[in-house]
Amino acid sequence: MLLLLSVITFILFNAVPTDPAALSCGVHCTPEKIAQNRIKMGLDQPLPVQYFEWVKGIFIGRTYGSGTQTFDCSVPCLGYSFHYGEEVTNMIVTALPVTLYLALGAFILWMFGGILSGIYAAKHRGKWQDKTIMGLTLIGYSLPVFFIGLILLIFVVVRMHVLPYPDYISPLENFPQFLRTMILPWISLAILYAAYYTRLTRSQMLETMSEDFIRTARAKGLTEKVVVRKHALRAGLTPIVTSAGLDLAGLLGGAVITEFIFSLPGMGRLAIHAVTDYDLPTITATTLVAAAFIIVMNIVVDVLYAAIDPRVRLT
Amino acid sequence: MSNEVILEVTGLRVDFATEDGVVHAVDDVTYSVSRGKTLAIVGESGSGKSVSSLAVMGLIQGLNAEISGSVKFAGQELIGVNPEVVRKLRGSRIAMIFQDPLSALHPFYTIGMQLVEAVQVHNAVSDEEAYERSKAMLERVGIASVEQRMTEFPHQLSGGMRQRVMIAMALINEPELLIADEPTTALDVTVQAQILDLLRDLQKEFGTAIVLITHDLGVVADLADDVMVMYGGSAVEQAPVRELFYEPAMPYTWGLLASIPQVQEKRTHLDPIPGLPPSLIHLPKGCVFAPRCVFKDHVADNLCATTRPALTDVSSHHAARCHLSGEQRQAIRVERNIGKVN
Repeated sequence: MLLLLSVITFILFNAVPTDPAALSCGVHCTPEKIAQNRIKMGLDQPLPVQYFEWVKGIFIGRTYGSGTQTFDCSVPCLGYSFHYGEEVTNMIVTALPVTLYLALGAFILWMFGGILSGIYAAKHRGKWQDKTIMGLTLIGYSLPVFFIGLILLIFVVVRMHVLPYPDYISPLENFPQFLRTMILPWISLAILYAAYYTRLTRSQMLETMSEDFIRTARAKGLTEKVVVRKHALRAGLTPIVTSAGLDLAGLLGGAVITEFIFSLPGMGRLAIHAVTDYDLPTITATTLVAAAFIIVMNIVVDVLYAAIDPRVRLT
Repeated sequence: MSNEVILEVTGLRVDFATEDGVVHAVDDVTYSVSRGKTLAIVGESGSGKSVSSLAVMGLIQGLNAEISGSVKFAGQELIGVNPEVVRKLRGSRIAMIFQDPLSALHPFYTIGMQLVEAVQVHNAVSDEEAYERSKAMLERVGIASVEQRMTEFPHQLSGGMRQRVMIAMALINEPELLIADEPTTALDVTVQAQILDLLRDLQKEFGTAIVLITHDLGVVADLADDVMVMYGGSAVEQAPVRELFYEPAMPYTWGLLASIPQVQEKRTHLDPIPGLPPSLIHLPKGCVFAPRCVFKDHVADNLCATTRPALTDVSSHHAARCHLSGEQRQAIRVERNIGKVN
């Protein structure tokens, strides 16, 4: 699956009508220099060979160039960005944790917020609590991330000075500052998803609550709390898990807008910069990583399915 | 003991407010069940038979439902009291089994977990004890290799076994009243007979009163002591089972009985009751059954269409809602060969 994906991304990006060798050459460029670069980058080889070299690089590393001008790219080598003069793998290793923290933090926020308010709304179906929550989700759902992000930034940081300007720092280095930087991105990203998960959970709970086995649970004399938490939530969880897995996977590939607004040096920003700079190796690599997340999360979701629903298990 | 009334329902009404209007699902229903006895509630879909018993269980929820009247269980009023009072009775003293055991059992929990839970809701016992009791109960309802079944999920069991599990779960706390909502409808015919036998045995053993909701008159004849026929949300006829089959007193019951094919007779077609059940929103002004009744012309002054007949006694334990006079009923029964008229 991943291999097929790698072929497609590779072909796709090599179909772009730009010459990376020329792009990496700089201002004082001569045809000789371009030819030299081409050899250095391995672009003189036919495409299948280039692909093979690229895949080989991922698994066993590769050596760029020939003759005296060679340098090694160590495993897993996702390519060499001549634009930044750096191994793509290194760039991803630096960017990935940022995106990871951003995605996971927002994920936790929205899952808690969304599921809890969804259950609450379902329990008060038709009453003012339900209507209020549904109204809020509609607003949250319709506001684009860049709007929420900018509003938060303007009010919380610029006007009220509650938080400092976002300046990303690794949590291992300075945890409090990391939190201060991340809280707004987390919130602005979580609002959108929380709104969606509130709606999803609510409808899911309402559907489950009308199931026969819920009636049985009540007929057993269980308290409403146990009926909702143990019987209904468990059964209503499956579609929520699916969505959650895929949404998280999508974010891990880079939350482009959020990262941009709060100047977080994550995958999304890396990818955008790579695209605007025609940095092909980086584009290919970020795409591959993002796709890999989606595939992996799909597998995780399937495994979770089996854990939740015994009917899915093989007997 | 045998004649002590365990459940007494008086003037029960259940209305649901919907966008199209108020649905009168149950309209002034009165009945009682004695300890150890079986009352069958018979009627077609939408006649209010299930809703009336869900109301007894306190299982009708939602803002749009309005329940009035009185339900007394062992002398305790259940309508209008704190829901917690009814919850504590549910599963311990009043239990219920449902039509489709596959959807009525939680798909994600093992049989064992669901039984143990039923024990522990009402009894402060250890997991081990609850487990042992569950196992014993499963054995009692005729399930083999109980140890293994306890670890299985509902989808791994057959339909008959699932209904046995439901029965075990309902009776595990030895309730005084069991409401069985079409317990055999979703099962194969051979399994139906087994389940009915099981219910009868367990009733004898535990002295449980049963409210049996069904549309299957065969099941009624098999299990019931008394019968209540429901139509359009009202009880149209109430009688001991023999009387109902031998001397049914009103046209809807006649129609029901006539629609059962007999093994010994040769018929090329069944006798359905013409027409459709009434909309519970726009109930007829007069008798609920009048629009479909072929005997309404026997009654003078168009009474059937204008006046709702009261539930009147036919004999000491037998009552029916019908404007026909006793003589007219007798004459029609003889003419149409309804019931056992000798």
